[in-house]
Order: sequence, then C-alpha cells, then structure tokens
Amino acid sequence: MRWIKSIAREVVGLFVEDGSFAGAIAAWLVVCLAALPRLAASARWAGLALFAGLAAILIESVLRFSRRR
Amino acid sequence: MNLGLGHLEATRLWTTLAAAFLASLVECVEALTVVLAVGSVRGWPGALAGAAAALGVLAAIVAAVGPALTRIPLHRIQLVVGAMILLFGMRWLRKAILRAAGLIALHDEEAAYAKKTAALRGAGVASGWDRLAFAASFNITMLEGTEVVFIVVALGAGGSGLMAAASLGAVAALLAIAALGVALHRPLARVPENTLKFAVGGLLAALGTFWVGEGAGIVWPGDNLAIPVLIAAYLALALCLVPLCRSRACAVAREG
Repeated sequence: MRWIKSIAREVVGLFVEDGSFAGAIAAWLVVCLAALPRLAASARWAGLALFAGLAAILIESVLRFSRRR
Repeated sequence: MNLGLGHLEATRLWTTLAAAFLASLVECVEALTVVLAVGSVRGWPGALAGAAAALGVLAAIVAAVGPALTRIPLHRIQLVVGAMILLFGMRWLRKAILRAAGLIALHDEEAAYAKKTAALRGAGVASGWDRLAFAASFNITMLEGTEVVFIVVALGAGGSGLMAAASLGAVAALLAIAALGVALHRPLARVPENTLKFAVGGLLAALGTFWVGEGAGIVWPGDNLAIPVLIAAYLALALCLVPLCRSRACAVAREG
C-alpha cells in the first residue's frame, strides 16, 4: 500500500509544488473562462491576455521566491 | 506564404513528439540511477525484473486509458487536459528558472546514486529471490513512469495521431536511456537535466496555454502556428527571469 500512497503523492506533485503558484494559475484560468466568451469581439487579443496573465503569475512567483532566499 | 493543413498538423505532431521525448528523458534518467544502484548492490535479476514489471503495468495503463481518451470528443476534454498540461509545464519552468538562478539545488545523479547504494548496502543480504531489489526497482520505475504516463496520455489526448507521437517519443527516450545505461553502467550525471526541464517546461506551458485557449473558444492567430510562438515567448521570458532572480536574491542578501 505504501507505494500506492507514494504514487498518489507523486501524481498530485505533478501539478502542485507551490500551492499559491498553482492556485493563482487555476484562478486566472477561471477568470479567463468566465470573461473571454463575453469578449468575443476582441477574440484576437484573448490569447494574448491569457498568456500575459500566466506570464505575470510566473514572474511574481519566481521573484517572490528570490526575495525569500 | 501558403501553409497547408498538413503543415499545421505537422507542427502539432512534432511539438507533441519532442515534448514527450524530452520529458521522458528526464524521468528515465532519474529512474535509471536507482535501478543501477539496485543492480550493482543487490544483483541484476531483481533489479531488472522490478523495472520490467513496472514498465508492463505502465504500458497497460497507457493501453487502457489512451484509446478511451481519444474516443471522447476533443472539445470536451481539451480544457481539462490543457489545464493539467499547463500546471505541469509551468511547475517545471518555475523550477528550472530557480535552479538556473542558483536559488535551489540542481539535481545531482551521482549524489542520488551514492545515497541509494549506501542505503541498499545497509539492508542486509537476501537468500534466494531478492524481494528488496525487486521492490526498490519496481517502485522507482512506477514513480517516475507515472509522470511519463501522464505526459503521454495528456499530450496524446489532444488530437488524432498525437497518442502515437507521444508514445513514440516516450519509448524512444526509454530506449535511449536504457542503451546508455547498459553501455556506461553508471548514472548519467552529464545529462543536462535542468536544460531539459527548461525546454520541456516551455513546450508544455505553451501547449497547455494553446489548448486551454482553444477549449475556451479562443481563435489563435495562425492556428497551430501559434504554438511555436508561445514556446518562444515562454522560453524568452524564462531566460530573462534567471538573471533577474539571481540579482534580486543578491540584493536581498546584501540588505540582510
């Protein structure tokens, strides 16, 4: 049974290492899913907005980690 | 420039194959280190049987889950699978940035090998079939292999033909690392693990972003050609963040 627990831990660990980082990504995806269908007129910019939010989350996370060290 | 549909599909196919190959390479190197340690200390029959049994279980999971996923209409799973790939890729990219900046330690295969061999030597000698060797080898192959299976199944779920491409990439990585392990008989410490993590992180983050966008109804400019643009954007951002993180950490250390 121990290896099953290890695998379960490993599977969760595939996606979540830093809880706030994974949470921020999930939250941004929810915001985009809710907002993007209403902004159909500017669909060209929707992809850019999705990427920009994810990039901002990555930047904030690594810089916050750097300040902690 | 007139790019046909075949050209666009080829972009997705090759990106999937490369992502599966590079990601599997990283996981296979880590598994090989432990299997080599088990084999050299406890003997090869148990080590190889454990690894082979785990590979059989993993292949059965891919054979069962993969075709079932590809039968589900793409738009229904694209969002979920895309989000999972995105979380996975962003986690690798973040880790690769922090490692490259020297803020967390690089993975050291020689140290992992030395630690594992020391632990196995202290475990006593087995008479007859070495269950410890089998279990140690089975566990590590299952653990690292689970990540490979996720990558193959998730990437393969993205469209027709992609499951074969993702599986091919993973099998090619396994064969390459197994061949190197047989030839060298020591951990592959010179494989640039963090560079691979950087590349795979960028690839998976880009693919995840693309799929989530498609699942949300975004029409990407250039269709599949947006994938290489996203890969380049993520990698460029990550490369810029490495020196920035390093200088930020130095500044904080000076202030402290």
